[in-house]
Amino acid sequence: MTVGNGEAISIDRVTVYPLCEWREAVIREVKSGFWRLSTLFGAQSPKGGIRLYAVLAGDRVGELDVFAVDLDDVRYQALTPQCPQAHLFEREIYEQTGVMPVGHPWLKPVRFLREQDAFYKLEGSDVHEVAVGPVHAGVIEPGHFRFQCRGETVFNLEIALGYQHRGVEKMLVGGPDARSMHLLETVAGDTTIGHSWAYAQALEGLAGCAPSRRALELRAVALELERLANHTGDLGALAGDVGYLPTNAFCGRLRGDFLNMTALLCGNRFGRGLVRPGGVRFDLEPARVEVLVARLRDAMDDVEDAAELLFSSPSVLSRFETTGVISQAGCLELGLVGPTARACGVRRDLRTDFSVLPYAGKITAVDHEGGDVYSRARVRWLEMQESARFIEQQVNSLSGDECMGSVGALSPRSLVVSLVECWRGEVCHVALTDEAGKLLKYKITDPSFHNWKALEVVMCGGQISDFPLCNKSFNLSYCGHDL
Amino acid sequence: MIREFFARLRQGHRTMAFPKKEPVLSDRFRAGPKIQAALCDAGCEVCLSVCPTKALSKKDGRISVDLGRCVSCMDCRDVCPSGAVALSADYRLAVRSRGDLVGDGEVKRLAEALNAEMLKLFGRSLKIRQVSAGGCNACEADINVLGTPAFDLGRFGIQIVASPRHADALVVTGPVSANMRLALKKTYEAMPAPRIVVAVGACAISGGLFDGSAEVSRVDEVLPVDLFIPGCPPHPITILDGLLRILKRR
Repeated sequence: MTVGNGEAISIDRVTVYPLCEWREAVIREVKSGFWRLSTLFGAQSPKGGIRLYAVLAGDRVGELDVFAVDLDDVRYQALTPQCPQAHLFEREIYEQTGVMPVGHPWLKPVRFLREQDAFYKLEGSDVHEVAVGPVHAGVIEPGHFRFQCRGETVFNLEIALGYQHRGVEKMLVGGPDARSMHLLETVAGDTTIGHSWAYAQALEGLAGCAPSRRALELRAVALELERLANHTGDLGALAGDVGYLPTNAFCGRLRGDFLNMTALLCGNRFGRGLVRPGGVRFDLEPARVEVLVARLRDAMDDVEDAAELLFSSPSVLSRFETTGVISQAGCLELGLVGPTARACGVRRDLRTDFSVLPYAGKITAVDHEGGDVYSRARVRWLEMQESARFIEQQVNSLSGDECMGSVGALSPRSLVVSLVECWRGEVCHVALTDEAGKLLKYKITDPSFHNWKALEVVMCGGQISDFPLCNKSFNLSYCGHDL
Repeated sequence: MIREFFARLRQGHRTMAFPKKEPVLSDRFRAGPKIQAALCDAGCEVCLSVCPTKALSKKDGRISVDLGRCVSCMDCRDVCPSGAVALSADYRLAVRSRGDLVGDGEVKRLAEALNAEMLKLFGRSLKIRQVSAGGCNACEADINVLGTPAFDLGRFGIQIVASPRHADALVVTGPVSANMRLALKKTYEAMPAPRIVVAVGACAISGGLFDGSAEVSRVDEVLPVDLFIPGCPPHPITILDGLLRILKRR
């Protein structure tokens, strides 16, 4: 049954299919290209046992479709062979619930490797293996990368994550409590606004109350500042990875300037304490708007300088172009999201597709053909210009409502899907409540969960020396994936 | 090259004057709560119930704040009926001893310099190896930013290095997830002595928001900690202030 973004429905209204029909329906809908798999997870069924929920997003209609199935057995025929978008979700289901997706081509746990979980290995006399991590050379989150190479050429890359697993989803069960909102702010520290907005929207849906227009506008301003800060940082880091230091140095400083704009709004550089169910905790008064706009203009002038240098330097372009290519077909098949998808010419953006308030009509999704490092860098710069334009327009036309309202009790036995287009792409939260209106299950899907596979794919046949550059061109979250 | 030169001229010199001049932070900056005992109602415990990290506790009728747990949300101030919780905006929070973070919200004793022998070794050159052990990437981001021209860590002789073999200090972020426990220990063991350990952020110091999760521990359960820099995440200035204090640069 279809639902809107942030719209709560009773668990009894979710269509529960017999297993073979569920499989067929999910595979068929995803294959049609009209729907893509937003999330897939197992939760306790109201009938006891495990129920699998598949949430499909239809970008062209701005709707979501929820397909559920109650499993009678601890095994079922895996979706992955016919629906590659399910590959990591099915591994997660296997790890978390013990249910076995039979026929999954690479059924390893997602977060906790066991003794028997070997890495994919290439045999042959000239072949060598490179293992990197979990501790990396820079100030970065931990993850493990296992390359199978012959000379410089990478034949296979397997990524093993889980080092950042803190047990966030488990800690949310039984809530909301005093800690819940803060946990959501730290799902991925660089996506604080994205995840906290998704959570607030989920709770507001379950409580049946809408925040004021002004609150939504301020959330959007903060979300775009988050996008500006991270995209700026990425452009700088990409420049650094090809040894082009001017843009690297400028953007390093400018990223901080955008973070400080978020601090101007709410006191914290990452937006902690801003978004709350019911609205936002800090208002933007006219004097603050003036300062914000002035700082935004200054920073954007300087980023333009830095970006122009980057995109017109032949040595940079020769490293960016045709490196780390993912085809449009590959992007659609894997269900990639965010700037990564848009850099493959797939114009997929929740802000426009799901006509999210207050974005409707105020922002244009951008895309770029190519699917290489250059396209992913370029898309970021194009998006930044849109974001800056949006912020300036928005802060000068804020609605006159209160920015914080109250949120009542959550409706019991309900389900809500909440999506937000954060800087990396789609953040998808699904909340299920129990008889008492407490959280029975809170499923978080960071865009990184969809996109990590893309890094493995682009490295196949590439040079190992291009790995840092490719990795940075996606800049995926470890903690958002590991939870 | 000429374009780069002109861009550099336009953008100008942007390194802050800190520590010679005090930094200008957002007027909404929150370091943490400051309890005003005189205003506090001895029979009231409402602030304790809203604290997400159990940073507040009550002993002999007095509320005490553990800044090593605090995430500076100020929910306690928002619910206090008697206005006994004030906002502290003092960015200086780094301490050498865990106990110095517990009190009325002000740190008891700011971090003191390393001893003379260590200062002789590290005072003008401190190499840092950072390990993220379950961090959310906010502490990591605010450590990374110290390397940008805005803060320019290098001017103090402090540098972030890639190998633990080259490192004098291990900076740890995150609540030490189960999967990172071994890697963290191995990194420490790979460092030549003498070495110091810096715990950055509420997660590293106390488990923070994740304290109680079966998946995490905290840094001082695994390693001896020499410098605690609290916050969620700490402001980069707070981190820099802490590092400069142990090097006797402030």
